[in-house]
Amino acid sequence: MTETTSNATPSPVEGIKSRSRLLRGTITEGLQDGATGSLAEPDTHLLKFHGSYQQDDRDLREERRLQRLEPAYSFMIRTRLPGGVCSPEQWLALDDLATRHANGTLRLTTRQAFQLHGVIKRDLKQTLAAMNAVLIDTIAACGDVNRNVLASVNPDESTLHAAAHAWAVKISEHLLPKTRAYHEIWLDGAKVSEDEETEHIYGPTYLPRKFKAAVAIPPHNDVDVFAQDLGFIGIPETEGPAALAGFNVVAGGGLGVTHGDAATFPRLADVLGFVSPEHVLAVAEAVVTTQRDLGDRSNRKHARLKYTIETMGLGPFRAEVERRAGLHFDPARPFEFRTSGDRFGWTRGENDNWHLTLRIPAGRIADRQTETGEVRGLSGLRSIATMHKGSFRITPNQNLLIAGISAAQRPLIEKLVREHGLDLHERASPVRLDALACVALPTCPLAMAEAERYLPDLITRIEERLALHGLAGTPLLVRVTGCPNGCARPYLAEIGLVGKAPGRYNLHLGGDAAGQRLNTLYRENVGEAAMLAALDPLFARYAAERQTAERFGDFLWRSRIL
Amino acid sequence: MKNANQARLSPVPIEPARGAALLNLSRGVNAPALHYMAGFLAGIAAEREQAADTTAFDPGVAASTESAAHATVLFASQTGNGRRIAERLHRQLESHGLSARIVSTADFRPRELAAERLLYVVASTHGDGEPPDDARELFDFLNGRKAQRLERLSYSVLSLGDSGYPKFCETGRQLDERLQTLGARRLAPRADCDVDFETAADVWTQHAVALARTHLQSPHIAIISTVPVASAATAGRDNPIEIELLASTRLTGRGSQRAIVHLEAAAPSPQLDYEPGDAVGIWHANPQFVADDLAAAIGADPESRVALDGIERTLREWLLQHREITRLSRPFLDAHARRAASPELDALRSTNDGTGLRDLLRYWQPLDLLERWTGAWTPEDLVRALRPLTPRLYSIASSREAVGNELHLTVAVVEYARGAARRVGAASRYLTTMDPATDSPLRAYIEPNPRFRLPADPSRDIIMIGPGTGVAPFRGFLQQRIESGASGRNWLFFGGRHFASDFLYQTEWLEARRSGTLHRLDVAFSRDQREKVYVQHRLTERGAELLQWIEGGAHIYVCGDAQHMARDVHAALRAALVTHGGRSEERAEAQLAQLANERRYARDVY
Repeated sequence: MTETTSNATPSPVEGIKSRSRLLRGTITEGLQDGATGSLAEPDTHLLKFHGSYQQDDRDLREERRLQRLEPAYSFMIRTRLPGGVCSPEQWLALDDLATRHANGTLRLTTRQAFQLHGVIKRDLKQTLAAMNAVLIDTIAACGDVNRNVLASVNPDESTLHAAAHAWAVKISEHLLPKTRAYHEIWLDGAKVSEDEETEHIYGPTYLPRKFKAAVAIPPHNDVDVFAQDLGFIGIPETEGPAALAGFNVVAGGGLGVTHGDAATFPRLADVLGFVSPEHVLAVAEAVVTTQRDLGDRSNRKHARLKYTIETMGLGPFRAEVERRAGLHFDPARPFEFRTSGDRFGWTRGENDNWHLTLRIPAGRIADRQTETGEVRGLSGLRSIATMHKGSFRITPNQNLLIAGISAAQRPLIEKLVREHGLDLHERASPVRLDALACVALPTCPLAMAEAERYLPDLITRIEERLALHGLAGTPLLVRVTGCPNGCARPYLAEIGLVGKAPGRYNLHLGGDAAGQRLNTLYRENVGEAAMLAALDPLFARYAAERQTAERFGDFLWRSRIL
Repeated sequence: MKNANQARLSPVPIEPARGAALLNLSRGVNAPALHYMAGFLAGIAAEREQAADTTAFDPGVAASTESAAHATVLFASQTGNGRRIAERLHRQLESHGLSARIVSTADFRPRELAAERLLYVVASTHGDGEPPDDARELFDFLNGRKAQRLERLSYSVLSLGDSGYPKFCETGRQLDERLQTLGARRLAPRADCDVDFETAADVWTQHAVALARTHLQSPHIAIISTVPVASAATAGRDNPIEIELLASTRLTGRGSQRAIVHLEAAAPSPQLDYEPGDAVGIWHANPQFVADDLAAAIGADPESRVALDGIERTLREWLLQHREITRLSRPFLDAHARRAASPELDALRSTNDGTGLRDLLRYWQPLDLLERWTGAWTPEDLVRALRPLTPRLYSIASSREAVGNELHLTVAVVEYARGAARRVGAASRYLTTMDPATDSPLRAYIEPNPRFRLPADPSRDIIMIGPGTGVAPFRGFLQQRIESGASGRNWLFFGGRHFASDFLYQTEWLEARRSGTLHRLDVAFSRDQREKVYVQHRLTERGAELLQWIEGGAHIYVCGDAQHMARDVHAALRAALVTHGGRSEERAEAQLAQLANERRYARDVY
């Protein structure tokens, strides 16, 4: 392992990182160049570490090429928001930025973050500064570092949720890059010589690839903990008041794949063992530094922690982590996940507070006409944020929980939700409620096919087929991504579509409803008609042969169709 | 090519400075004119040989001894019409055996006036009564304290203008009055020519020749024809050639308030030979819907026959091909006002404070008048009152070195609403709605612009200031500099409304910058932020570097809007000289005048 990485030529991005003076590059100069809406190519890699991706409207590329105009460049900005929790004041600030500087939408991501899309270069600094003014930063939201840390959204157990959230914050902050580049570039912070800085954990070239961490509280696996590089499964005390005894640590999950590259594959995380809370940060740091030193820096498609573990073997990896953390894992404690989905609607929490989980299709909050009627989500949530006293929580399924609503305010919020068409949880089918899609076209540079824009139609087609077999109203987990990198975690869905080319997808079948089983490639590179033709006989058999409450994915496994 | 020319000149027995001056004189002059110049010089040589005068030629001495015996045709012209009229007069004088020289105000030293005896001036007016750039020095001289009395001078002025502007023929009018004030004798009344200048110009020219025959006695220098003057090879205003439009693509992106189109047309050599900086003249046809609306507005059948000066065509043909129907002229306005007898219109016409008359002439089309104020017109009267169709000039946006036998244009589409009606600019509409695959060819000719040329010395830096479609010639400039491997640096200032949609030729500029052939690129987009930002603001920000470039010998070029941009840019340049060069306002202004005089500060503004 170490031999292969040290002998192979580092990938070009490694050179960009090492020459970047701890992520500075020439971003500041590039922001001042009014003749182009883009940054210099090396800087676009560095910009990710600052929480932003350079994109362009791919729908307009050819048209603009003929007009002798450069692509319509804009920037996606992603927040670092551990556990997806924000205050109404923060919400209003983000809403204002989305309206003034972005494309009028807020997007909730599968990593519990906000994304602004379509921010043009000359507004970038102002937008980031305004976010920081309400204490939301974007450091390490993207890039080869530990990204936003997920935490289960658990409305029934406010104490445990608070604990999970607190750990997500601690892990995130412990693993933050230490460079002052972010403050210098975006916040006019004083210039610091990079000689005076040290990245104690990351070193000057950071990690070989992105790194994802999550904290889950069973029985809810909304964070899809087995899809993470590093996961902490909260184990409650068996006696006394609600509190966490510690965590089962899992490592080496990851869904990203490269089409046609057999050396890449989706992988579920392995359980390393149990640790008590005081060891969480040491273990997190040990896993990160192991990956830092032993990960593959020559091939970015083979650089995630899952490949490091595959190459080392689980035993040696666990031993290396124990050595670095200075501890031994206890045997993992029992836990049970029952669902990876969200529970929509009203729930009563502790202290007589109410929580409301809203369905936000594809996480896109906008005022617009949709397949299910007019939704004025942005306006509605602005109104709610203006009067709401509790908090907002983004779920890892791109939905929104309005937490801590007093009984007195409940009717008012209920009214605003209805008035603005945000009451999908009362109207939409189970398939529509649980589906996920990444952004894909037109802005994601990686997209090979549509995802977010295609999802509503796709569900309509699937539901037509379900209805033909008397399956209307049956829950089914559908996820679509525009490329094989897996942002919407398609490899864990009962029906997962992975984009290959415009209108063509790989069809994966057979995930479970709790994020504990990878699905299987069932049809390769097919269009919609072929996908539906493939599903039709499977729905027929499912309708005829399923057991009570048996999910479609489980049925496909039990009946050995897959 | 230019290097080859210099090499050929060096063995000639004249001192290097004079060789350089000769080279300078030939710059930007087309082949027929060069042959003519050669012949002219040969004629002088023959005369000297006859007089056994082998001494060096001294223009100062020559002027004082010969001016009494010759006529000088002085032209101040921006678009070339003036030069054409001056050349015609000069040719006719020559053909009558009269001694005459022709000189542009750019090359004319005002002090020479005192030595002149017979002077013909052809002067054009631009924008809001402005003289052409290179006539400013003459104007300043005549209006200043250095102006001498000109009692021995006889003169006549032909003034060119556009009655679509309130200060019609202002330059010629002022020159005419000033020369008289200084004691010169006006031989013939001034001829004020509108856009359809041909007839009035012919009358004035014939009169001028007749006057010269009575005022000049001494024999003139014969022109020795060294090479046949084969001007037929070149297409001209009155003998355009038909060329194919090859491509038409929109340059402005979605969300732009302006449609600006890039056109590529065939440019056969030699008929359409051009240099970067030149313009192409294009004869357009009017939009049929405007012609038919006009016919309807006077209650006439577009198919009715109309005879005028012995030519009979249908009314529609007259209006489509032969008359200006989208530009309002002063004579037409006056003619319609007489028919309409509207107190409102008369009141508007008599207010010349920048609202009434000026707005009418600038923003109204003939159709607007007819629809707003009724007046009885016969088809014949209408055709007679409308001005003949004139070609439109567009700066060429390419270099032959880069595009071969093509020429490229950057055309802004003029289109706006007046009430419920749609109004269009006839020529831009004609060009931009043309289908390259199916439509009939364009009729075009080259309008040389010798005052707007790249430096002959390729090592000179150039500063190009061209917002909007003013950037067109600079695309040609940069192509030429790249193709010729010029070592001087290139700096472009561009401006528009919105970065996202109005950055004309953005990818080409960026590619040139990336490849190191465009050394500086500064842009200003006026409507992307609360406060409007224009190119002059960028000039001010870059003042210190501008000064360095200028002091290093850089040439400055400005192209585009004359009304505001060119003035603001001029002020910004002056301010840069003051702020960073420690000059007084007056010294800075004088330095810019000096640069203009040396053709290091050239403007192509309209």
